Amino acid sequence: MELYRTLFIEFSYLVASILFILGLKGMSHPETARRGMHLAEFGMLMAVIGTLLHHEIVSYEWIIAGLLVGSTIGAMMAIWVPMTAMPQRTALSHAFGAFAAALVGIAEYYQHGAALGQVTMTALCFEVMLGALTTTGSLMAFSKLQGLVRGTPMTWKGQNVFNMTLLAATIGCFVYVLIVPTAATIFYVMIGLAFVFGIMLVLPIGAADMPVVMSLLNSYAGLAAAATGFALSNNVLIIAGTLDGFSGFILSILMCRAMNRSMTNVLFGAFGSAATAASTDGQQGDMREISLDDAAVQLAYANQVIFVPGYGMANAQAQHIVRELAETLEKRGVSVKYAIHPVAGRMPGHMNVLLAEANVPYSSLYELEQINPEFQSTDVAVVIGANDVVNPDARDNPKSPIAGMPILEVDRARSVIVLKRGKGKGFAGIENPLFFKDRTGMLYGDAKDSLTKLVQAVQHA
Amino acid sequence: MSLEALIPAFYVFALAAFLGYQVISRVPPLLHTPLMSATNAISGISLVGSIVIAGAGGTMVARILGFVAVTCATINVVGGFGITDRMLKMFKRKDAVAVKDKETGVKNNGGGA
Repeated sequence: MELYRTLFIEFSYLVASILFILGLKGMSHPETARRGMHLAEFGMLMAVIGTLLHHEIVSYEWIIAGLLVGSTIGAMMAIWVPMTAMPQRTALSHAFGAFAAALVGIAEYYQHGAALGQVTMTALCFEVMLGALTTTGSLMAFSKLQGLVRGTPMTWKGQNVFNMTLLAATIGCFVYVLIVPTAATIFYVMIGLAFVFGIMLVLPIGAADMPVVMSLLNSYAGLAAAATGFALSNNVLIIAGTLDGFSGFILSILMCRAMNRSMTNVLFGAFGSAATAASTDGQQGDMREISLDDAAVQLAYANQVIFVPGYGMANAQAQHIVRELAETLEKRGVSVKYAIHPVAGRMPGHMNVLLAEANVPYSSLYELEQINPEFQSTDVAVVIGANDVVNPDARDNPKSPIAGMPILEVDRARSVIVLKRGKGKGFAGIENPLFFKDRTGMLYGDAKDSLTKLVQAVQHA
Repeated sequence: MSLEALIPAFYVFALAAFLGYQVISRVPPLLHTPLMSATNAISGISLVGSIVIAGAGGTMVARILGFVAVTCATINVVGGFGITDRMLKMFKRKDAVAVKDKETGVKNNGGGA
């Protein structure tokens, strides 16, 4: 009987592992993605059912309570979190995932202590350390994205040295616990240090770099789960955790590449603070303001218009009205496309989700490489709350702090309309020569407001 | 875990990493947000470890740690899969969008979630 039970549990884990992989494979196309996710959901259900039969389980009260509370909160989040808040929600869920992994490790150590053996202890320490620093790091990212904490990088002198010392101290505790597994105090000190390190790691990172940080935290949360798998000798945990870890890792590399920066630079470069001083060397000329009517006429009589959304669109919740404007233009025979930069917004794919929410078909969304050759034959490029991703300095000025970052080449379009809240600089504090070009017209004000008026003006044009 | 058990575990890890790389590099940037929330939900599999701790007849402290872990992991699983599905539902082909517009008969006026 006992044998059958173990077999069934292992079988459920195997099925779950396979279904997870098939589920992620479905993600390679929007047509198959939903079906894939249903497979993964079923896999999760199998794994949970299998686990509930585990022979060590003697009582179910706490399990059921946890499942109920978690499901309620999870379901509420799933139903009510608005799409614009997706980065925050994702940051929060990294924190939950990592915290769960850390707690499992702590509970294991609390119960078995030194009896765990060195191999398990190593895995367990990894799990707890990664889990702890990801928890607070993600909470910090969440606070920045939610606006609870200033989004600008917070830096001070000697910060990197301090952080490195902190990390060294954490690793010191780690090693000590491995040598002397009975040293419970040091184990808990290590957790405390890891919690603090998580905060310190994210503090100096500006909101514009969030896509990288989000991906990195995603990766850590996954690796923490994989380490749990090593500590508990559980293959499904190793597999699922590794998939998550590598997914986050790949995304963070893609994001770094999209900004032409190294991971070290993102983590320790404290972008934006040092950069401001370097780039004030005289942008001259005036920004030309364009009237609503002029903008509307330009749009209405164009052959091709490309919209370039950025975080400003998300912030103004303007995605629906962007689509309405696009539709109005299409009715007049204008061809409309959307250009999506990989790091536009606050997390990978942020803009795509918002536009999809506004019912923009995904076939109208173009990636950087696809759309860049098209700007030359485009009459009007409309930049909606994007800045650094369209900064021609990245291409032309090797001294620019963002030199070499791939950009959307809107300056090649015949004319450019930039929707911007105010005359201030962009998030990274870098001057954008695009705004000073003759062919660029600035349309100041709230994006949603300006777009609403544009729709009306185009209808009457 | 013994040292002997560690080696097969590393095999699993290495193969999963390789497979993960292959599978995930095929995901288009279009779906990167849902991908992140999906892998998040999947890594909620630490639920499996949490359940055993919450249910094993350990001390009160261990059970409470287990309970909190189960709660956190379940939030990720339910919330993560739920929200992924909500996102994926929104990605439509051009003809599908046209059909939906005909059904509702109106422009989408910024209602949404």
